[in-house]
Amino acid sequence: MNKIEKLSIKQKETKRKSAYTIALAGNPNVGKSTIFNNLTGMNQHTGNWTGKTVANATGYFEYRGEEYEIVDIPGTYSIMSHSEEEEIARNYICFGNPDSTIVVVDATSLERNLNLVLQIIEITDNLIVCVNLLDEAKKKKIKIDLEALSNILKVPVVGVIARKKKTLNNLLKVIRSVCNGKEKIYQTYQVQYDENIEKAIYEIEKIIMEKYNIKGKLARWISIKVLDGEEGILKEIEKNLNIQLMDNIHIKESRKKALEKLEKEDITKEAFKEEIVSTIVKDAEKIGKTVCKFENKDYANRDRKIDKILTSKKYGIPIMILFLLLIFWITIVGANYPSQILFRLFGNIQEKLIEFATYIHSPEWLSNMLILGVYQTLTWVISVMLPPMAIFFPLFTILEDLGYLPRIAFNMDGFFKKACCSGKQMITMCMGFGCNSCGVTGCRIVDSPRERLIAILTNNLVPCNGRFPFLITIATIFIAGTIGGIGASILSTLCVILVIILGIIMTLVISKILSKTILKGMPSSFVLELPPYRKPQFLKVLVRSIFDRTIFILGRAIAVAAPAGLVIWLFANIGVQRQSLLTIIANFLEPFAKLMGLDGYILTAFIFGIPANEIVLPIILMCYMQGTSLVNMEDTFAIGEILRQNGWTILTAINVMLFTVFHFPCATTLLTIKKETGSWKWTAIGFLIPTVCGIVLCMLTTLVYHVF
Amino acid sequence: MKEKTVNELAIGEIGIVNKIIGEETIKRRLLDLGLIEGTNIKPVLISPSGDPRAFEFRGSLIAIRKEDAENIKIKVL
Repeated sequence: MNKIEKLSIKQKETKRKSAYTIALAGNPNVGKSTIFNNLTGMNQHTGNWTGKTVANATGYFEYRGEEYEIVDIPGTYSIMSHSEEEEIARNYICFGNPDSTIVVVDATSLERNLNLVLQIIEITDNLIVCVNLLDEAKKKKIKIDLEALSNILKVPVVGVIARKKKTLNNLLKVIRSVCNGKEKIYQTYQVQYDENIEKAIYEIEKIIMEKYNIKGKLARWISIKVLDGEEGILKEIEKNLNIQLMDNIHIKESRKKALEKLEKEDITKEAFKEEIVSTIVKDAEKIGKTVCKFENKDYANRDRKIDKILTSKKYGIPIMILFLLLIFWITIVGANYPSQILFRLFGNIQEKLIEFATYIHSPEWLSNMLILGVYQTLTWVISVMLPPMAIFFPLFTILEDLGYLPRIAFNMDGFFKKACCSGKQMITMCMGFGCNSCGVTGCRIVDSPRERLIAILTNNLVPCNGRFPFLITIATIFIAGTIGGIGASILSTLCVILVIILGIIMTLVISKILSKTILKGMPSSFVLELPPYRKPQFLKVLVRSIFDRTIFILGRAIAVAAPAGLVIWLFANIGVQRQSLLTIIANFLEPFAKLMGLDGYILTAFIFGIPANEIVLPIILMCYMQGTSLVNMEDTFAIGEILRQNGWTILTAINVMLFTVFHFPCATTLLTIKKETGSWKWTAIGFLIPTVCGIVLCMLTTLVYHVF
Repeated sequence: MKEKTVNELAIGEIGIVNKIIGEETIKRRLLDLGLIEGTNIKPVLISPSGDPRAFEFRGSLIAIRKEDAENIKIKVL
């Protein structure tokens, strides 16, 4: 059984039976996912391409009684080189046998987008060109003659405004008629290369058609690749079609002859490659010029003006920090109220549960263990985690939708280059401020594997939402508390900013160290598109951020919190000679903790707080108050009193803040690191790096404090 | 007309791409974005950290680092 059969059978087994399969291709930032979401609604599932870290979304929709399966393939500028995304896109279009491939193009930069269309048209006939963002084009006074484009390419061309669902009707109609064969596509546009190159292609094509019974476009395309001689692509073709190319004696000979002939015409191997690429670009340019009319030559002026401010030397970075602070502020302030409501709600249920347990005469130890242990910790994590995430992620996704994130990468790239990394790492750090686990997943945007690994391992060096409230509480009590009034809140804000900046600096330092030691390498090339600014789609943002991020993370957190609740309860309640296990561990850790300017209970709390950073403070309070379940206190002043009574000084406060920022990732993040790197070794290193940083920093401050 | 690299263009100055040199991966990447001979290219933004710069060509805005932009040889108008 050859690969194609295997592939299609596998699809039929794992997925539902759909009448037709459609591939959705396009450049990045052209609204591909908007089209995907609007066609499929909630009827989709996401995962990864087999063995890859590239996300794969498959969805289903029904149109006129028939079901369609639609596969969102990675957004790429080209399908000729060998990045992971391009390889997946190319393989799916070539060998996935979709009934039709839709190429989504951006009306505002049609010319560049046509480049990909012309590359795909070389492989398949069943192509639909979907011109999106017609509204943006109209704003910029760009007129596109869709009919002319269709006449030139000889494939169906549909104009849509993806965010307006209604406009997708035409697309559906065309999809149907292409899939069911009512609309026959034949003799499409074909890129014509230099005369000598065409002759060479023909020579190889003859053999491939004869030998392997491969017909039409695919034969021609394979011939071009054979002449090009790029090993990666050829291997993929051989594997997927189960044929031999470079080892086939006939192909080998005629390739050699063809290349010799080309050489005589002054077309070297390098010139051949360039000729192929530039012919396609030039064709795209020519077609673009024919079908587009620019009535306003300075259409990008507004964007450039905004860019001049957002990336200026003076304001670029301050504005970025301001944006981030604004998001944190809204998140923290906004999350307070819903968190309290959830606490109360779960608290009420808890009382009912206890009543119920008494009613059915369940043994006290059992009901306590399940209710005060498992239930309480579980609902605690939900109460403190859900609201901030439900606020942070939509806000962050709005920045993403606006097109601001690539500007952040652009602004910070210089610093990251010095650390032998990519500016895109900054975007993953910004996500890390919301949730490190999301930040780690977000590292997929970093192209080079080495730089991606560094971004994953260092993500935890920036504090997430779960740590901010704790940091603010400590800063308010011990640093700002001494002043009082407005000065206090300014001072505690300043402390938090300082911590953020320290996190960013440490990230750069550690990245540099990693680049010079275990992950040696030079910064790879950095080519990043700064897309036009766009109005965010608020509803879509909400749905996407809640479903893709919030619920997903919450699920993972819950999976860890429930067993952790049990463990914490057991350790707080089981004891030897009237000392709980928790206290015994704390006493054991005490000497080491003292070296770090902390105490044994604090360190124990951090260890037991591994399911979620939010429960570190409740555990500390539980220990100090000799309690047997987590303690919830809203009154900062009262918390301060308890901490001071237990020997906290300004040094303890500073070190706790440092250790909060620099310590092992939470369990959810560790699981995500394992999933993204696929290796326990890197997960362990991801655990050790921030922990060692924290221990060293705390010991240093303690040393300095005691010397002076 | 003498040959320069795109790095020598001042912000707002237009150049015409003559040739892309350098290592295969980066060369391919730049070509894929449409940087072939005869393309107009214009640096328009500079990062607060001094590098990279963002270039306008074929209707898009693309940030490229100095080391990579070194490979883009141009003719100046």
